[in-house]
Amino acid sequence: MTDYRQKYKMTPVVGWLLQDRGGMILLAILIAAAILVPMGNLLVPEGSAFHVPTWMLSLLGKYLCYALLALSVDLIWGFCGILSLGHGAFFALGGYSMGMYLMRQIGDRGVYGDPILPDFMVFLNWKELPWYWYGFDMFWFAIVMAMFVPGLLAFVFGFLAFRSRVTGVYLSIITQAMTYALLLAFFRNDMGFGGNNGLTDFKDLLGFSLQSDGTRAGLFVASCVFLGACYIVARGITQSRLGKVLIAIRDAESRVRFTGYRVEYYKLFVFTVSAVMAGIAGALYVPQVGIINPGEFAPALSIEIVIWVAVGGRGTLYGAVLGAFIVNYAKTFFTGVMPDFWLFFLGGLFIAVTLFLPKGVIGAVPAFGAADRQSLLTTWRKRRANEGGKA
Amino acid sequence: MRNDIFSVLRRSPFFASKARCAAVQMIAVLACLMAFVTVAPNMAQAFSDEELRNIAEQLNDKSATTKVAVIEQMAADGDPRVAPILKAMLDGDLYVRDSDEHVVIATKKGKVYTHIDIVSGEESGESSSKELSKIKVNNRLRGALRDALATLNLFSPDLAVRTAAVEQIMDARDPAMLPLLLRAIDREEDETLLARMQLAEATMALAAGETTDERLAAILVLASETTPQIRAVLSQFVASAEAEGYQPEVVEAAKDALESVERRLSTWQTVGDVYRGISLGSVLLLAAVGLAITFGVMGVINMAHGEMIMIGAYTTFVVQQALAPFLPSGSAWSLAISVPAAFLVAGAVGVVIERCVIRFLYGRPLETLLATWGVSLVLQQAIRSIFGATNQQVTAPDFMSGAIEFSTGLVLTYNRLWIILFSVIVVAGIAAVLRYTAFGLQMRAVTQNRRMAGSVGIRTGYVDALTFGLGSGIAGIAGVALSQISNVSPNLGQTYIIDSFMVVVFGGVGNLWGTVLGAFSLGIVNKFLEPVAGAVLAKIFVLIALILFIQKRPKGLFALKGRAVEA
Repeated sequence: MTDYRQKYKMTPVVGWLLQDRGGMILLAILIAAAILVPMGNLLVPEGSAFHVPTWMLSLLGKYLCYALLALSVDLIWGFCGILSLGHGAFFALGGYSMGMYLMRQIGDRGVYGDPILPDFMVFLNWKELPWYWYGFDMFWFAIVMAMFVPGLLAFVFGFLAFRSRVTGVYLSIITQAMTYALLLAFFRNDMGFGGNNGLTDFKDLLGFSLQSDGTRAGLFVASCVFLGACYIVARGITQSRLGKVLIAIRDAESRVRFTGYRVEYYKLFVFTVSAVMAGIAGALYVPQVGIINPGEFAPALSIEIVIWVAVGGRGTLYGAVLGAFIVNYAKTFFTGVMPDFWLFFLGGLFIAVTLFLPKGVIGAVPAFGAADRQSLLTTWRKRRANEGGKA
Repeated sequence: MRNDIFSVLRRSPFFASKARCAAVQMIAVLACLMAFVTVAPNMAQAFSDEELRNIAEQLNDKSATTKVAVIEQMAADGDPRVAPILKAMLDGDLYVRDSDEHVVIATKKGKVYTHIDIVSGEESGESSSKELSKIKVNNRLRGALRDALATLNLFSPDLAVRTAAVEQIMDARDPAMLPLLLRAIDREEDETLLARMQLAEATMALAAGETTDERLAAILVLASETTPQIRAVLSQFVASAEAEGYQPEVVEAAKDALESVERRLSTWQTVGDVYRGISLGSVLLLAAVGLAITFGVMGVINMAHGEMIMIGAYTTFVVQQALAPFLPSGSAWSLAISVPAAFLVAGAVGVVIERCVIRFLYGRPLETLLATWGVSLVLQQAIRSIFGATNQQVTAPDFMSGAIEFSTGLVLTYNRLWIILFSVIVVAGIAAVLRYTAFGLQMRAVTQNRRMAGSVGIRTGYVDALTFGLGSGIAGIAGVALSQISNVSPNLGQTYIIDSFMVVVFGGVGNLWGTVLGAFSLGIVNKFLEPVAGAVLAKIFVLIALILFIQKRPKGLFALKGRAVEA
């Protein structure tokens, strides 16, 4: 294989991107999709075989957001061994930031016609806007908050957790506790985030109606762009020296610590970056589905994200994107055709992937490293053989 | 409502036979009383037959004001025959018969009305509606009737009715009732009710009393009680003291009394919080103790643990359904059979899961977590497909329904008490199995050093499967208990899984006593926060506190001491 790094000395980014075959394919698909899908929706007349209906555009946009979320989880789980079962919380916080902006944009077009207060506040008899709603009438502020709030939460949470060396399963459990606590909090009406119903009935974004095909196409393109950009950032992190340390932490945390690295800072950095990505995914998700409610904080949803990554192939980044698409397409398919079967399928997927496909779908493709693939079953058999038949 | 401890105890199943004796006695006494009444009617009846008939006819007066006056006059004497008349009037069953202008109570049976004579209380013919004219009532009259009935109930021959009447008077605290109450006190023979009446008298005498001594005496009586009601009476009195211009020494005494009542009440409040905390803690303990074995002893993250609880609950439901034709409702037997059944069913499911999934994943906790989560989804959906998504009804046996109520507002329900007891028994049982049986010994050996245990001939794989089965079986038993207090639905397990993990992590992995302490302290902290912050916020605070606690002691309250370092 040509060493692209030598060839493209001036531009290291292009260098490692060219080496990353899966990433190149992903980026190519994203660029193609960002151009062709909106064209198919807006330009190709209805009835044509190439016409992309609006519902499909929205559905694909939603999948792209999920893919970005999966990417953020793969960044920490696949490359640093941090299994977060609370990433849905960062996603939802990003979503709520965008939702608050969209709420403020409704203005006096709400049911109660109050120019400042969202409908649910009027309904709850609130007299003025709570302080934390200030600023959300500005788009840039909402976008900054969609990244800042999840990032801050992850920073504080990670600082506490990593500093005291909470690792492995314990970390998973307390991340789950975190998202569960937020779920309970956001269900409360007093929190000022719409309680049970969440935020909905959005009208427009930056002056464009959310119902129009053009806006939806725009959001789709934005999702593609952000997914691509975040992929490049994530790949950049994993390719850098820092990324090597992260992988070392994943494989032998204590050894890295004894070698003199401050493990907690590395983990904290990547955890925060990942949370920001999840926040962006949430902010893109909300205008496309038109609602955000506390259900997004449910621990079950956060665990589901992990299975997207596992199905696609942990530690590959593009695998996470693929996994998100596969599992979510299956979800759309099963819940539409035979809803009772969906949980059987999802549950079976969890079991089958962990037992038989530890490297996910990507790992099963020869071109992507299937040669050295070793299913857990074979590892187990080997171990059993080593122990002389006793397991 | 009777609140004293003795009468409550008498109502409890332990004293059921005694209560039956008491009932027989009471009937005998009543029979005597009735004989007495018929022999010497003028002793208890304030009106003669003629007077009663005449005064009742005035109820048909046109003016509502007159009617109210008549009602009050009728009630004032405590004649036992008046209550049914006023009750009938309130219900719109009181008529004037056109033929003889007599007031009668008439009830419709089919197309004809049966008349009951108000004086004799016996049937006196029947007619169609045309021959009767109804005595009209409006809302003002209804109010007056209700008040009158309440006072009349003070003289009812039925002890329960009298008790209810006294409670009603206590709540209303209308000084106008005082003379009637005093008369009732003179007649009352039941001692507990008498004490209650005197308390009611004191609450009224406090405001209506005329001399300082009367008030001081009333305060003295009130100060000896410990109920929220008395606190309200006293604080109202103290608050209005300035405006009403009571004597300073009375106000001072009332303040002291209020303080002492409040002090005792807050002690009771604390006792109640601790009890509720222990109750919640025992539920958490039951849910978590199986996890303490699978997670604590084996190091397996079993996300399907909640579903084992759910399977236990559904087993209870199925056992109850299957036995329903053979057992009387409310029998304890179906529950008694459910406990071993749930243990076996959930334990068997656990063994299957261990053999088919978990044994391939030992030493890979995160993969185990994901795979068992998958198992939990499959089990949930399986139960949903078999039994439907709706809640199933599990009826509680008789010995678990009911409660001990204290006058201080503390209510101890039997099902909670039984669950506390049950959780203690379960934990003691597990501790005994781990400590004293060969299986427990092998289990500890495998946990401490798998290869060495294998070398001395312990079948480690077999022990793993049984340990997991034990943990799951205990979760099943927990399901039996939880089916008594929460909905049996496919989501039952989900509600407990996070709490269970919190308890085990808080208590310290691999330590049964840590789990016990963890469950009870989480329960109690939760219940102490609840009155201050509300149920949801309390839970959030507890979760945040736990997250912070894990930072301080990553291995829980009671960590196993050792030098092992992982990864």
